[in-house]
Parts: sequence; C-alpha cells; structure tokens
Amino acid sequence: MESHCLKRPTRRQFLSSVAFTILAGAAAPVMARSISGSLPWEARSADPPVQVKPGGWLFFTLEEAQTMEAVADRLVPADDLSLGGKDAGCVLYLDRQLVGSYGTSSRLYTKGPFMPGLPTQGYQAPDTPAQRYRAGIAALNAFTRETKGGKRFAELGPADQDAILKDLEAGKITLPNKVDAKSFFNLMLANVMEGFFADPIYGGNKDMASWKMLGFPGARYDYRDHVSKHNQPYPLPPVSIAGSTEWMTR
Amino acid sequence: MSRIVFSLTLAATALSAGLAFAQAPDQADEIIRGRYQAILGDCSACHTAPGAKPLSGGLPLETPFGQIIPPNITPDKATGIGNWTEADFRNALKNGIGNDGKRLYPAMPYPAYTRMTDRDIGNLWSYLRTVDPVFNPVESNQLPFPFNIRLSMMGWNMLNFTPGEFQPDPSKSAEWNRGAYIVQGPGHCGTCHSPKTALGADKTSQALDGASLQGWYAPNITGNNYIGIGGWSEDEIVQYLKTGTNAHTIASGPMAEAIQASTSLMADADVHAIATYLKSTEGGPTQKPQPIPASDARMKVGAAIYHDTCSACHGGDGKGASQLFPALAGSSIVQQPSAETLTRLVLQGSQAVHTPAAKTTPAMPSLGWKLSDEQVAAVLTYVRNSWGNAAPSVGASDIGAQR
Amino acid sequence: MTTILPRKDAVIVGLGWTGAILAHELTEDGLDVVAIERGPWRDTATDFNIGYAQDELRYGIRRDLFLQPVVEAMTMRNSTSQTALPMRDYGSFLPGNGVGGAGVHWNGHTWRFWDSDFQIADHLRDRYGAARIQDLQLQNWGVTGAELEKSFDRFEYLAGISGKAGNINGQIQEGGNPFEDPRSRDYPLPPLQMTYAPTLFAEVTKSLNLHPFPTPAANLSKDYINPLGIAMGQCTMCGFCERFGCANYSKSSAQTTILPVLMKKKNFEVRTESEVLHVDLDASKKHARGVTYVSTSGEEFFQPADIVLLCAYGLHNVRLMMLSGIGEIYDPNTGEGTVGRNYCYQTNASAQVFFDDKNFNPFVAAGALGQTVDDFNGDAFDHGPLDFVGGAGINCIPSNGRPIQTRPTPPGTPRWGSDWKKATVKSYKSTLGFSSQGSSYPTRGNYLDLDPTYTDRFGRPLLRFTFDFPDNDIRMSNWVSDRMEEIAKAFGGRQYTNTRRKKGWDSVPYQSTHNTGGAIMGTDPKTSAVNKYLQSWDVANVFVIGASAFAHNAGKNPTGTVGALAYHAADAIRQQYLRNPGQPLVSA
Repeated sequence: MESHCLKRPTRRQFLSSVAFTILAGAAAPVMARSISGSLPWEARSADPPVQVKPGGWLFFTLEEAQTMEAVADRLVPADDLSLGGKDAGCVLYLDRQLVGSYGTSSRLYTKGPFMPGLPTQGYQAPDTPAQRYRAGIAALNAFTRETKGGKRFAELGPADQDAILKDLEAGKITLPNKVDAKSFFNLMLANVMEGFFADPIYGGNKDMASWKMLGFPGARYDYRDHVSKHNQPYPLPPVSIAGSTEWMTR
Repeated sequence: MSRIVFSLTLAATALSAGLAFAQAPDQADEIIRGRYQAILGDCSACHTAPGAKPLSGGLPLETPFGQIIPPNITPDKATGIGNWTEADFRNALKNGIGNDGKRLYPAMPYPAYTRMTDRDIGNLWSYLRTVDPVFNPVESNQLPFPFNIRLSMMGWNMLNFTPGEFQPDPSKSAEWNRGAYIVQGPGHCGTCHSPKTALGADKTSQALDGASLQGWYAPNITGNNYIGIGGWSEDEIVQYLKTGTNAHTIASGPMAEAIQASTSLMADADVHAIATYLKSTEGGPTQKPQPIPASDARMKVGAAIYHDTCSACHGGDGKGASQLFPALAGSSIVQQPSAETLTRLVLQGSQAVHTPAAKTTPAMPSLGWKLSDEQVAAVLTYVRNSWGNAAPSVGASDIGAQR
Repeated sequence: MTTILPRKDAVIVGLGWTGAILAHELTEDGLDVVAIERGPWRDTATDFNIGYAQDELRYGIRRDLFLQPVVEAMTMRNSTSQTALPMRDYGSFLPGNGVGGAGVHWNGHTWRFWDSDFQIADHLRDRYGAARIQDLQLQNWGVTGAELEKSFDRFEYLAGISGKAGNINGQIQEGGNPFEDPRSRDYPLPPLQMTYAPTLFAEVTKSLNLHPFPTPAANLSKDYINPLGIAMGQCTMCGFCERFGCANYSKSSAQTTILPVLMKKKNFEVRTESEVLHVDLDASKKHARGVTYVSTSGEEFFQPADIVLLCAYGLHNVRLMMLSGIGEIYDPNTGEGTVGRNYCYQTNASAQVFFDDKNFNPFVAAGALGQTVDDFNGDAFDHGPLDFVGGAGINCIPSNGRPIQTRPTPPGTPRWGSDWKKATVKSYKSTLGFSSQGSSYPTRGNYLDLDPTYTDRFGRPLLRFTFDFPDNDIRMSNWVSDRMEEIAKAFGGRQYTNTRRKKGWDSVPYQSTHNTGGAIMGTDPKTSAVNKYLQSWDVANVFVIGASAFAHNAGKNPTGTVGALAYHAADAIRQQYLRNPGQPLVSA
C-alpha cells in the first residue's frame, strides 16, 4: 500500500554476470556489495513508485480527514481553473505520506538533545509530521469548538474557514497544547501543494488537474521538437508516470 | 615438461608474445590455434557458468524437452574429460557420441561441429588439454522421461543428423567458403538462427531464417532485404560482430554474449568472410506487407506511448543514436515475424555488450512494471509499422508469457 | 571485531566525479585500486529509469538520490557566539550520495576558474593594495591558470561540454566569454539550442553593452563519443536535471563518462554501501596505513593501502581528516591549524520579470541551458572606486518548470486561495528569472570543525559550520544586484522583483551546494592543508581531492575546477609520486 516515497524497497539482487560478494549480513535489507569486472545490470530491475489507490484512511481518523479536506478545499479552492484540493486527492496523498518515511521523519536527523534554535537553524522540535498533524488538527478543532459555537473546522462556512486560516498563517491565533499555529499552517500548506502538483500516482492531482491548469506537460522527457519554437504554446497534453488517457487501449 | 596453463577469460591480449613455451613451437602453435577454435565455437558460452572457472560446466540450458546442464570439459579426470582420448573427442564432435559410448543431446551442436576439419578439431583438443583442470561434478542429464533415455538419440540422429566435414563450393571464392565453414561449422550460427523441427533439429531448408529460442527470437540473418541483413553492408556486419553495435542495431540477449565471447575476438578476415557468406544467403519472406495504417486504434495508442516514453532515446523519427540507442526505423530486427525479442526488451530491459570498440554498455530500462500487456502490444505494433517499417501486429496475448 | 582485508595499492573514499577520475587514471598505471562508497550502486537504466525518472516529488522534494540526514547530518551557526544545532533536514545545500555522487544530480554548469582566482591574493594586492583585502583571508592556491589548462581541457572533453570558447590562445572569439582565460581549443560540442528566456536575456544584455554567451553545459548539444570511447546522447531538454539522474545518457556524470570503462578493469573494484569511518595512521601520524570502514550490516573492515585518496564530497573529506587526525584542526581564535580553514560558500541573489504577453514554456529546459554575463564576475571589472572585491556571474538558466517548486508569482500574491491560483496560472509560463552567482571569500571567522554535542549513527561528532556571509560579499552582491535591476528594467516587463542577499545565512531554503574549502591547497603548510598537488602536508600518502581544496570560491559553479584539480592531482601521482612513494611532492 505504501507508495515509493514512503519507504525504500529492498534493493534488487544483482547476480547475473557480475562478480558479486555479499560482504556481510545476509539479512540486511541493503547489502554491502563488491562490484568488479563489469557494469552490474539485471533484467526486470526497476524501482518504480506504486500507484496510491483511494479507499480508507491509513493515518487519519475520519474527523481528521474531514478537517484536512476542508483545509485543502480552502487552500486550493474549486473554481473555473481547477477542481478543489479535496476532490484533487490532496488529503489522500497526505494520508499515505504520513504513514511512511515522511510522516515518521525516518530519513531525518532525529537525535537529541533538542533545543530551540534560531530561524536560520531550521526546524528543531522532536515531533514528526505525523505527530504534528495529530496534535495540530486536534488543536485546530478545539480552537473552533471554543470560538465558533462548538463547531469543528469542517463544519464552518468557507468565509469563516478562510479567516481562521489567514490568522493561522499570520500567527494571530494561539492554538491549545502549545501547537505553533504558523508552523502548523506552513506544514499544511506545503503538503497540500505537494499533493496538488505531484504526479497523480501519489494520490493527489487527480486527472493531472493542476498540470492541465498550468500547462505543464508532466512526465515527458523530450522537448527537442519545441525548443526553438519560442513564445509558442506547447501542443501536447500532460502525461503522468502512469500514462494518460491516450494510452488507454479500450 | 611443465604444463602450459591458459586462462579462457579472454582478455583479448595477444597470446603469441611474452609466453615462455616449454613445448615445441609446433605444439604451441597448435594450442594457440586451438584456443582460437574455442573462440570460433564459443565453448565458454555453454560450458562456463558466470563467475566459475573456465569450461568447468555451465548453467542449465532450457530446452523444449527439459533441462540439460553443459558438462565440465576441463581435463579433470574425475569430473571433466581428463580420461578422454583425442579419438573420443573427435567422436563427440563429429558423431555426437561421448567417450562412454552414450549419445549426446543436440543441445551440444555436434550437427554443426561435424562440419569442422580434422585439423581444427585436433587443435581444439590440444588446447582443451591445457585448460586448468577443475573438479566440478555435473549431472548433465536432467531430462524427463522419455528424453532421458540417451538411446532415443540414436533415432533422433537417424532422422536429423548428417555427419560429415564441410565441403567447399569450388564455384565460390575462398572467402565465401571460409565464411560458410565458420557459419555452418564451428560458429554453429544455425543452432540459434535456424528454425527447428518438432524434434528440435535445424530445418535445413530454412537455415538462418530466424527462430525462437529461450524467450528470444534469433532473427533472420540471411541476405534477405526485408527481415534479414540484406540492408547491411559487409562492413556493417563486420562492425556488428566485432563491436556489438552498428548503424542499424545494438546486440542484446544471447547474441550480445556471443559477440563478447566469440565474434568480437575473431580475426578480422574471418568476420569479413562470415559477412560475405551471410550476404549471399537467402531465406524468409522478401515481400514487405502493407503497414498497419496510423489510423488504426492500436497504432494511435502505440504512438502516444512511444512519444511519451520511448522517443527521448530512440527519437521521434525512430533513428536512435550511434552506439547508444538502436535505430528502430528500418530495423530488420524490429520487423521479424515474431516480436518475442522486442517484447522481452520492453518488459525486462537489456544491457548492451561491452567490446573494446564499443565500451558504453548502455541499457534499455525495464518497463514491464509500467505498461500493461495491451500497451506493450500497441507500442510494438506501432514501432513495427512506422517510419517505413511493416510487420504483423502484436497481440496482448503474446506479451504475458514474457513477464 | 575488524576484518583485515588484503592490501591494495590505493584506496579511494567515494566514487563520484573525482573518485572515478582518480580510479581511472591510477588503474591505467596498473595500480590495484579499490573504491569504498557509502551509498548504493547507481546505474542509468535501472536507477534513472525513463519510466519514472521524471518524478518531482520523489527526487525533487524527498530527494531520493541525496545523502539523508539520518546517515550524516551537520550542525550550523552563524557565529561563534551561537550554539550550533543540527540541520535536521538538509535545505540550503544538498550533498550527494551513492556511486556518481553529486555528479549524478547536478545541473551541469561547467566553468573554469580564472588565473586571477588561483593567484587571488597577489593579484588583488597588486591591483588594489593590501588594505582592500585586509578583512579577508585570501590566499593563493599554489597553481596558475596556465598550469591547469590541460587538466580543464581533459575534463571538458571527458564530459562532452557544450559551449562556445571566448578566448583561444589569446584570440578573443565572437560569441564566447571574452573574460575567460585563454584556452587551447574550443569546447568539444557547440552550445545547446537556446530556449526563449535566455535568448531574450542575451538580446537585452547585449543592448546594455554587456557580453552574454552560452553557459558551458554538461547537457550535451549533440551525440558524442568521449576520449575513453564512451558514447553519450543528445540532451532532450526534459527539465529534470538538478536533483535527478539523467535517464538518456545526455548529462555528464561518472556513469555516463567513466564507469563503463573503469568497471571493466581487472585492477579495479568498488565496494558500495560501505562507509569509511576514518583513515588509519601509523604511530608517527605521518603515514596512512589504510582506512577502516563499516558495511551496511555493521561489520567493520580494515583496508590496508599504500595510497589513500579522499574523494568524497568536499565537506566529508574535511570531516574525515578531522576524525582521522590528519593535520591540525583550524582554530579561529589563534588562526592556527589548517583543517577546516577557509570554508566558503556562494553569494547569490535573484531577479524575476513578469510579462503579460510572453510564453517561456519553462518546462523545456536543461540544467545548464542558458546564457551568462561575466562582465561583473571576479576581477573582470575595475574595483578601484568600489568598496569590495569579488563579483558574480549573472545567469539566465531556466532549468525547469516543475510545479511543486517552480511557481513564480508577483509580489503581493497570497500563498493560497483563488487569487493565488489565478496569479499562479498567469505567471507560470510568462515569468523570466535570472540570478547572480557571487564569489565567496574567506574570513578568519568562517570555518568548519567538529561539533562538541551532536554525533552520527556511529557516535562520531558531526561536522560543524560556523558561517555567515562576509560584509565584503554582501556589498559585492548588492552592487551586482544593482546591475541586475538595470537588466530587469530593460526587459520592459509588467513588473519585476530583485531579491537581494542579506546577512544571516539561513540553512533552510535551498541556495547552493557549492560548499568549498576546509582542506585548502596552498604554498604554506601553516595556512593550507594540502600542497598544490592536493597531497596532505602532514601525511604524504594521503591526497584530498575536491572542492575542499578551493582556497576561496569564485562566482562560478565548482565542478569544472574540481574535475581539473582531479586530473592535476592524478598526473602528479602518476608522474611524480609513484617514482618516489611516500614522499612529499613539495617540500614544506
């Protein structure tokens, strides 16, 4: 179920014609290798991303997912340019990211001691993105229940939601449980935009909606035909890693 | 006298210089000539497993009848051919009979080696005596009943095997005859490139017309202009056999291995002779069919996939790039009757061969994870029917077996 | 328990550009060479598979090909008065990882530093007087431009650089860079076909009497076969260069220019997924015995070798020297010690011009496809009346239109909502960006050492940065930004932005991976860690190859000069060191 960005799959085995020595540790997922004599290569070797499929939440609770869908729909509202962040799959994208290496910060440096840093030193708290969403969404809904007559964020009207998001962005709101409003907003904004503009294979950008909106041709790899056509629109529609409707055989 | 020990790792180094021969010069020449026979015959392709000691036994060969493991042919007495006599060896190559009197399976291409001259076989024997003996027991015969009964090979041979040395055609040039000798004899090209009968013998009437083999399609290599190598100049054939690449294609699969271990190490004159001979042969359909029209639904889908996935290397015009991306336009390989090789390349990928004159070793990426059977069939149908190419369409049902 | 392995003639730490060059050169002399690489093996068809190489999220945002901080992080502070903290995620710069190193995912700008760089202290003192540079720790490199010319040439022909010479043997060439040093011949390939934005940039800067020329690119304008016999393809301008591996053999890297030949050699071996912990010295601390490394599964090995070549990323070279006790760690208070000295970076700024009526198709791009103006770079112009030294190249090299990261909007645009979307769509194709890449000059207080608190997964101290942009460099960058403003105005767009460099180096937003110095070359063992052949002054059988040797950083991308220094060091080892192994090539 995990998409590629979440975890590095077991490396391919290289046997074929290469002098191949496992130096140690047969159980390790990534082997130390000795390579000499030729360029290693093996048939069928590829490490592609896995298509994210909708259906159920792996990280979010239903209430969290609804909150994030409401947020995504305000950050990327539906209009005549594109569908909204919710229908584009931004929260599906985010849900799958949060159960993988991104959500757990498993690729980052997470050793202590943890000390408050200067802005130039970057994020210094021990919380992972998964922990920040869990706490941040709870704090956001606690805040709206408190200030908006018991309603959750998702139950508010668009104008109220926009006003709250603007205040989060500006750091004008103090969220409970010491959640840093500005920092949480920036996290949501960055991740929703990732989902909206990334290849649809990761669950967002449904039908390449954002690419069509911009005129970005996607996962193409050859523009030699167009390089000298200065100031002229590029004629072909976008294509995803998973292909396009033109690839449909029936 | 101390034993001369050669390695068959084929570093392409000149052997004549720098070696202190303890034996008579005549015998040294014989061994050097024998080593060259081992190159012409590409013995190591079958008899050396990857990473193993030379000629100590190979990886299992899958045949339509079951598995055969190429035996250890080092001079080891216990597990190799150390107890054989030269007469035994001749009997094996000329008649397909082992030193125990048992008949060999024709996966060992004795139907081709029987064309070799006595002198060449003698030289090869001299060379094989100098290889490092390796203790490596190999149980060659793993065929299921009834093929495991070697006596059945007697009947096979009666039906399919004509022993006898190559007979030159006096009406042809010496070069042509030399080429024919290598192709039919030690080079055993037909073992892969000739269609097989139901019993696995070469269809001699269709020699070199192209054949399916171990999940590859060994293409037509006759002088046929459409699907053979008629469109290649002699120099281009030579370049291909010496380097693994030319303006028309890049070798893959078993041919890549044959080029690395055999043809790239052959003498230039011999490779030219092969080219002369192959250009003179005829076989297969010469009439190009009508291409499938671009308006065909499969072609449209294929065109989209091609331009989104393939053109960045093979070019929008299918012309490829020298030594790096094989041309698809005008390629006889692309237009073979069977798309087996193409299917395999798309699904599994392929690495080109490294030769001293073409070192790049580029590889085709595996795209099997990306394209469905229908999509592979569509894009192959497209490349087989674009830029002047014309060949039968490829069906989705043909793809799955190669996954 | 450490397993002791059979001795090798040379052990190379890291198999990127410099490791591959050194390995190729030394194996040509018959040396038995092993390279030890921390990251994985990487191969074009498999790891940069054209079926998924163009994945912005995976490679551009999650940075799949880069060094992950969990493997090795670094700590930073802007001055000694602050406490350094770890960069828990890399941001400002992104070190590479794996076979090919950062050469896998670079853009391909391939420059030659100038003679006025290599002899910078003498040059500037002679021209402007000692007082002008007294706040800077500028030093000569110990080599001249002329001495390195043939090494630059070799690297450019190895890599198939596309460009236009500006000065061949002293003859200025129309259309090239008139400010470059003389070169012996033109680039191996002509310039790339220009896209619209750089074409316009060239027109505008020419109208301002500047001298635009095609940026020398390791994205190939044509098919090419390099001197090693390795074929490369024509760049297809896919727009997935920096942060990505090239799927069609058209960007130069160790993979596309050296490895097919190197890997066939019987006297070469690479061990991947193996991290060198330190260089082992003998009791005298003057001779290296080999290196100790640990495999992914945690087993430790000792690899004895006669020569040790540190060819890792420059920063890692410096840290390995510190962890191994090679030389003395620099102390900014006393000015003593050499390892960690003269760390420099890059002083960049940018401008954008927003149009109503233009379509730049930003996705039609290659990493180094663009135009450069060097009129304000280095000492190409008279600094007499100015209050700084150094300069910047001004580059219009639109390298991609990947939408997670490349979505320019005019000032005042909200970051989300309907208005954001409208502005994003309007600006995506119609915005032209250009930037200055400025020199970074050393000061006494900018340096590298080992962090006293934070450690890596093996418990070794992390590398610590103490760095901020020197006042001189800020003045330089601002002056160049004034020139950029003149250019931006001349485009006649609807509006423009001009983002200036400010004090306070921020480790979060990406700026440049041109981290230089820390193990600098020079003429004096008191102020440099390696001699002019990149041989350690302290341990004669250790060579340290990379941008770690730069005595300062110029307003140019470093790879061309790194490649030249690699050949320069390789020649010295082959032609001099091997005749008299273990001895210094320059007497202290």
